[in-house]
Amino acid sequence: MSKQKKNNRAKEIKSREDKIFDTINFIFLTLICLAVLYPLYFVVIASISNPDLVYNGSVWLLPKEITFEGYKRIFSDPKIWLGYKNTIIYTVLGTAVQVSLTLMAAYALSRKDLYGKSFFMLLILFTMFFSGGLIPTYLVVKQLGMLNTIWAMIIPKAIAVWNLIVARSFFESSIPNELLEAGKIDGCSNTKFFLKIVLPLSKPIIAVLVLFYAVGNWNSYFDALIYLNDESLYPLQLILRNILIQNQMSVQMMSDLDNLAAQQHVGEIIKYGVIIVAALPLLILYPFVQKYFVKGVLIGGVKG
Amino acid sequence: MKFAIKASNNPLKSSEIRLETLNKKSRIKQILENYELYLFLLPAIIYFIVFQYIPMYGVLIAFKDYVPSLGILGSPWVGLQHFVRFFESYQFWTLIKNSLGLSIFQLIIGFPMPIIIALLLNQMIHQKYKRFVQTVIYAPHFISIVVLAGMIFVFFSDKGLINSVITLFGGSAISFMSEPSWFKPLYIGSGVWQETGWACIVYLAALAGVSPEIHEAATVDGANKWQRILHVDIPAIMPTAIILLILSVGNLMNIGFEKAFLLQTPLNQPAAEIIPTYVYKVGLQQSEYSFASAVGLFNAVINLVLIWIVNRTAKKVSGSGLW
Repeated sequence: MSKQKKNNRAKEIKSREDKIFDTINFIFLTLICLAVLYPLYFVVIASISNPDLVYNGSVWLLPKEITFEGYKRIFSDPKIWLGYKNTIIYTVLGTAVQVSLTLMAAYALSRKDLYGKSFFMLLILFTMFFSGGLIPTYLVVKQLGMLNTIWAMIIPKAIAVWNLIVARSFFESSIPNELLEAGKIDGCSNTKFFLKIVLPLSKPIIAVLVLFYAVGNWNSYFDALIYLNDESLYPLQLILRNILIQNQMSVQMMSDLDNLAAQQHVGEIIKYGVIIVAALPLLILYPFVQKYFVKGVLIGGVKG
Repeated sequence: MKFAIKASNNPLKSSEIRLETLNKKSRIKQILENYELYLFLLPAIIYFIVFQYIPMYGVLIAFKDYVPSLGILGSPWVGLQHFVRFFESYQFWTLIKNSLGLSIFQLIIGFPMPIIIALLLNQMIHQKYKRFVQTVIYAPHFISIVVLAGMIFVFFSDKGLINSVITLFGGSAISFMSEPSWFKPLYIGSGVWQETGWACIVYLAALAGVSPEIHEAATVDGANKWQRILHVDIPAIMPTAIILLILSVGNLMNIGFEKAFLLQTPLNQPAAEIIPTYVYKVGLQQSEYSFASAVGLFNAVINLVLIWIVNRTAKKVSGSGLW
């Protein structure tokens, strides 16, 4: 066998090995996708199937005896609507406050000519490694008279250090110094420069911050759990917790069912429905804004 | 790391010179000139002082018997009494074991998974399919902890999906939610399901930074895909992996309250009670502010020491730490 032929043969073997690799890889990743998707898919089909069939385990691939009874019951409950309303208020207000404060502080901290910059950074970064803890923080919020007010849902988490760092890295790397120099020559004040020049150039980072903060606000339940007692202020997540985990269905959902088994079965599909109601807005929105999230993670990664 | 969003390309010399002259100006003038920047920074600084540094001062109550009417300063000192009580309580070792056990297992299982998946995804030839897989596996990250816990409860309930599968194959149903030994697997498994995809992002970015020429050269030398993963890709993501490993080891004691609290049932308590949930219960439900602060402080100090040790070790070993 000539050397040439030998080489060709070797290549063929290699490419066959690669083909096997590719096939296994494809199958493996597909299985991973299924493992991620199936639970979500099951929740969807279970939420629209006959509760008795879900309960005895015969629904697993396709919905059976489609019914929207669960959703009807969920949406007949004023608590869910109230929770939605509160969550939207907290998310919109909270995100607005968080994004503005973060942008302002991050921009100031990105300026090389800010005297005392390293001191401020130290002050902020230290809080990533040490904190007073739950109780002292709770006592501060209590002393400020914020317990049981909407402010408790917004002010105590007004800035996330991580997002601040992400925004600062963005400003540092994408607002060239020459721009500032040019602005100064034209007699532009810092405020004007920030509002008129920096912000319009920072749409990607604004999008990243809005999304990070908004998702955090939408999904959070912990602050509500510790700071709120008044049920009329509860965000959606806390109401979900009561339904999903503590089995507290409200009277409106169950009023017409007197038999315990029926209540239990309907209770189950209500849970599936509630999961959909809570998770759907984000899951639908997310593929369209995915690239911003990825970008945000990566800007942060530079410093990490 | 290579995956920085493109930095402003060439910082012109002239600006550097100007900056230098700026530095030579008197500091006061510099501060006055930029007074607006300090105003920008002010709300953030107030926030950090009020909600981060005042609580750090408030942690003094861990050494006192806090009486709300007397305030933090007025309450009587009791020294280390609360700490001693915690160390001597029968729950102490259980809490340490549960908290550390949970985070160590989470690290062992959760850490390699995104690396493996990122390596495989990176070898995917069909770009469209690759993007589809990415979209799918990132998605669970956006599900709230409450919904995730709710899903665990419905899937693993006595008559839930998992148990109907088990009984279908002739097994007998398991009460997952009330069995202490199942708490850890459920906690960690659901975490892997939710966060593995998201954690791939950083690794995929690092892999995208590997120049295609290295792969080509390796192919010419007869390396197959598997060998290229071993000898090109893995070395390429090593630095990233090490930094992330340091970060997670440093956060071992920083395990989250939220999911553990939701997954607790009266029956799985022996395995599910961790330090943060204990602080919450003792502190806010039983209003033992001082004692709970002491427990929280203990945890925070251990965590700080851990981060410090890990960082020092990292500096010695790899020459680069976190600070």
